[in-house]
Amino acid sequence: MVNFIIFCCLAVMIVVMSILAVTAKKILRAATYLLFVLIGTAGLYLLLNYHFLAAVQVSVYAGGIVVLFIFAIFLTSNKGEMVETHNIRRIIYGVLTSVAGIALAGFVLLKHRFLYSGNATVEGDTEINMKMIGTALMGTEKYQYLLPFEVLSVLLLACIIGGILIARKK
Amino acid sequence: MIKMEYYLIISILMFFIGIYGFISRRNMLAMLISLELVLNAVEINFAVFNRYLFPERMEGLFFTLFGIAITAAETAVAIAIIINAYRSIGNVNVTKLNKLKD
Repeated sequence: MVNFIIFCCLAVMIVVMSILAVTAKKILRAATYLLFVLIGTAGLYLLLNYHFLAAVQVSVYAGGIVVLFIFAIFLTSNKGEMVETHNIRRIIYGVLTSVAGIALAGFVLLKHRFLYSGNATVEGDTEINMKMIGTALMGTEKYQYLLPFEVLSVLLLACIIGGILIARKK
Repeated sequence: MIKMEYYLIISILMFFIGIYGFISRRNMLAMLISLELVLNAVEINFAVFNRYLFPERMEGLFFTLFGIAITAAETAVAIAIIINAYRSIGNVNVTKLNKLKD
């Protein structure tokens, strides 16, 4: 019951903050609302008993990406500038697209019956311990993830080099 | 008990709010913020499906982990491009950005 109340609070916070993040007039406020959405998502991961994922979400998103956004906003915005929106036709197209998408996806979701019943791990406090995550991340056998991990490290290296190459002064 | 559909409804709402922002915003940084919302919704889906349907496995957990890392890389490159575009055209308005070479 307590979990459900917490879930409702998080749900309301996430949806309201998402709407504010895409409609805010000042771009810095939009970044702040995005921060709240990401922290709410970390709360959802905690409710799902994925504690490691919540820690990663807070440290990478809230600690890394939002700070990057705020620096980029300070570097690129002129003083007192508001975000201009497109003309009204474009906004109407956007609203129509989103409402149609929500209707379609919601219809498919609510029509489908998912086969889970009384899954004990959802309610209980069965967190995946760190040893299992570490072995699965660093192993080379079936259902273990060393190769994607290494590919990701190469991707990050390429991203560092690309970032320096693109953003350096001529 | 929190049903699985509740999580998925939140995720659907977040995804399409992000799509609305991506269509209606003109500032490139605001479009990137909307993109973050979309990717975040997808990652919630991975975690929820893993927890509710296959609780003895860890595939969704790792997809979410790798997804977060890829999102971070993509954001860093995109912000580098946006700052570079700001240097050459003086603002971050996407309608003014109609040539890539200067």
